Amino acid sequence: MINVKRVASVLALGACFAASQGFAAGGATHLEPAELEPGNVASLQRGARNFMNYCSGCHSAQYVRYNTIGKHLDLSEEQLIDNLMFNAEKTFETIQSAMPAEDAERWYGTAPPDLSLMARARGSDYVYNFLKGFYVSEESPTGVNNVVLPGTSMPHVLWELQGYQTAHFEHDENEDGSVTTTFEGFEQLSAGSMDAEDYDEFVRDTVNFLAYIAEPVRSDRRKLGVWVLMFLIFFFILATQLKKAIWKDVT
Amino acid sequence: MSRIEAEVGKPQGGFMKWIDDRFPFTKTMEKHVTKYYASKNFNWWYVFGVLAMVVLVIQLVTGIFLTMNYKPAAADAFASVEYIMRDVEWGWLIRYMHSTGASFFFIVVYLHMFRAMLYGSYKKPRELIWLIGMMIFFVLMAEGFAGYLLPWGQMSYWGAQVIISLFGAIPVVGDALVEIIRGDYSISDITLNRFFALHVIVLPLALIGLIFVHIVALHEVGSNNPDGIEIKKNKGPDGLPFHPHHTSKDLVGIIVFLMIFSAVVFFAPEMGGLFLEHANFEPANMTATPAHIAPVWYYTPYYAILRAVPDKLWGFILFAMAVVLPVFLPWLDRCRVRSIRYRGWMYKTALSVFVVTFIMLGWLGLQAATPTYVTLARIFSVLYFAFFLLMPFYTAMDKTKPVPDRVVYHD
Amino acid sequence: MTEDDLDRNRRHFLTVATVTTGVIGAGLVAIPFISSLKPSARAQALGAPVEVPIGSMQPGELVRVIWRGKLVFVLRRTEAMLARLPEGLDNLRDPDSTEYADHQPDYAANDTRSVRPEYLVVEGSCTHLGCAPLEDFEVRPAEGWGGGFFCPCHGSRFDLAGRVYKGVPAPSNLRVPPHRFVRDDLILIGQDTGAA
Repeated sequence: MINVKRVASVLALGACFAASQGFAAGGATHLEPAELEPGNVASLQRGARNFMNYCSGCHSAQYVRYNTIGKHLDLSEEQLIDNLMFNAEKTFETIQSAMPAEDAERWYGTAPPDLSLMARARGSDYVYNFLKGFYVSEESPTGVNNVVLPGTSMPHVLWELQGYQTAHFEHDENEDGSVTTTFEGFEQLSAGSMDAEDYDEFVRDTVNFLAYIAEPVRSDRRKLGVWVLMFLIFFFILATQLKKAIWKDVT
Repeated sequence: MSRIEAEVGKPQGGFMKWIDDRFPFTKTMEKHVTKYYASKNFNWWYVFGVLAMVVLVIQLVTGIFLTMNYKPAAADAFASVEYIMRDVEWGWLIRYMHSTGASFFFIVVYLHMFRAMLYGSYKKPRELIWLIGMMIFFVLMAEGFAGYLLPWGQMSYWGAQVIISLFGAIPVVGDALVEIIRGDYSISDITLNRFFALHVIVLPLALIGLIFVHIVALHEVGSNNPDGIEIKKNKGPDGLPFHPHHTSKDLVGIIVFLMIFSAVVFFAPEMGGLFLEHANFEPANMTATPAHIAPVWYYTPYYAILRAVPDKLWGFILFAMAVVLPVFLPWLDRCRVRSIRYRGWMYKTALSVFVVTFIMLGWLGLQAATPTYVTLARIFSVLYFAFFLLMPFYTAMDKTKPVPDRVVYHD
Repeated sequence: MTEDDLDRNRRHFLTVATVTTGVIGAGLVAIPFISSLKPSARAQALGAPVEVPIGSMQPGELVRVIWRGKLVFVLRRTEAMLARLPEGLDNLRDPDSTEYADHQPDYAANDTRSVRPEYLVVEGSCTHLGCAPLEDFEVRPAEGWGGGFFCPCHGSRFDLAGRVYKGVPAPSNLRVPPHRFVRDDLILIGQDTGAA
């Protein structure tokens, strides 16, 4: 016999599960998973160094305070000041970029976006593939284009590390005359100071840091969650026993 | 009789007597809480009313603390949310509780409404409770819509842009209406400020007032139960006082709810982009529409119906009808029997199909509108309307089972 | 004990245990909400100690700075001003700064109400109702006035160490904020002397 309740429950659960899965960028490019380690403090420290040295020249992280980074990444005030704080004096300050906003728009057509929340807005995989996705392009004013964000105004900031690569595309003509372009792969043109594996780790560390600054409280929140659930399980056991005791004589 | 249960009519000493001589405190508490009789055979479908109140309290309390730090101006709103998330002590927890609470409010309310469809809780003499409940549902939809604009993210802005533009489809008054809602020629700082007033004051007051009236109406006729029979005649053997029986049982339900709620708040507040949409982590940009605009998941069933219709005005009309149609359930349902336990196979099939339809429409509303999905949405839209519009026929024809005199209780 | 008695005892125990757990839970939940009312990281950042360079201050010069939204005076007292401090102590309500111990840190509970005699650091907030006092360094022996601060709101007067005169509405001496000398030419307001 049809048990409506059972049907409803199973379907609802299934829908929730299915819906929560399919949210990777359903776009043109397949995104290689970044495989980050949020708990790896050494990686985060390297990522912080990478960010300040290569990104903060143009990109601010205006919601992030240096002392927050210090707290979570096990860095002392001196370490922060010596290694990470280039245009800030006090550790309570936020990460501002060195580039004035109006100049940025003039030079690049669009101001480099703030990166505080980029990993949350586009996903870590997106950023990871973006930083690995630059290729030589003659039409572009910066000399490069990007498979993840075609037409990007960002130059290949990390070219010294990665070197330059070209991208191979396959062009298929459709029935109606339009052309479908599929990205096939990269080919290294000139070597950088890092080999592919080292560059991968460099980018992974940087994206790890970006994922961290998008939500610095993440690891604390998960730790607290364990305690909360443990308390609630204890409370649940008591309440269930109490309910049974009160309902014992109901027939 | 345990020492927990108070004896009826026991005179209260001292302080309570002073109060009761001047205010019907004990009388009201007994009539509407502790000694309100409800059936002993409530199953877990009956916990969602209480859970809705719990979520309401969560939203009110977290909402109050959020308004202490949130700034309702276009230039400051997005930054103020990040301020709450990062700089305000425990601000992140208050924010996540509020965003998770919003989604759970709809989960609980949808299940609460479904209970009524299972057990005929909208049938005479409870039609008014159902009508007030539907008004609560409409106010809740408006409350969620107004609230979603406040973070002033990309999805906030563009979602509001799409939905408010919908009203422009209404002939004659449409454009004027849209301008009145926005307070400006496009969605702006002015719109944000007034949506803040709606979300924080107007709609919560309406919600609280309606919920009060909802409960008064319920207590006037008494609660229904899974067997759909009136227990007033057999209050003693078939009913139980609310305290301690239903309070202790509801406490278990509330704790289970809090466990699920906490699991989400602490481990998956974004819920894969369903509860906190990814595009909303970017500040509103009037020049760039996100690739994929979708309303928050709890509106998507109706959104799917809207998109399925290839005409702006008719899409709006059918969308509005879809939301409003359940209001008429007490009169569409011609079955003499209340509870699904004693109804025939037609209603059971129809309701199962409705559940699948509602969920599928919800899922489709989240997807991009490809030709296949639009076709599917059309099929399910037809099924959605068929459930209601054909109901007078299949509920009249349905062969029902005999209804017992007394409630069926299993340990 | 009958089975009924056992049942009742068990039920009583469970009720107490459950209610206690619930109350504790409610208390724990209240903590984040109450804590959120404390000064946030931004408030702490904005309320951070303020540096005041004093290297180019002339004797007799008064510098005004804002610390935690409050006006603070830094006065470089002349030799003459310092010499006048011990005079007219009878006219002061609390010449030894003992009546209101919380109005100055220990290191400023002295004759000059300062870390170094030359520099007075006081909050520019009249202890009556909070108006900003004006400087009045003119010496008027006929009035018995050796110089100090005058509050225009209700006429309270303070001497060159911020000590309040008798017979005025203000009840106490001007407050000395926590401060320290980072270097000879730099005062940091908001951090105590002797603190790291």
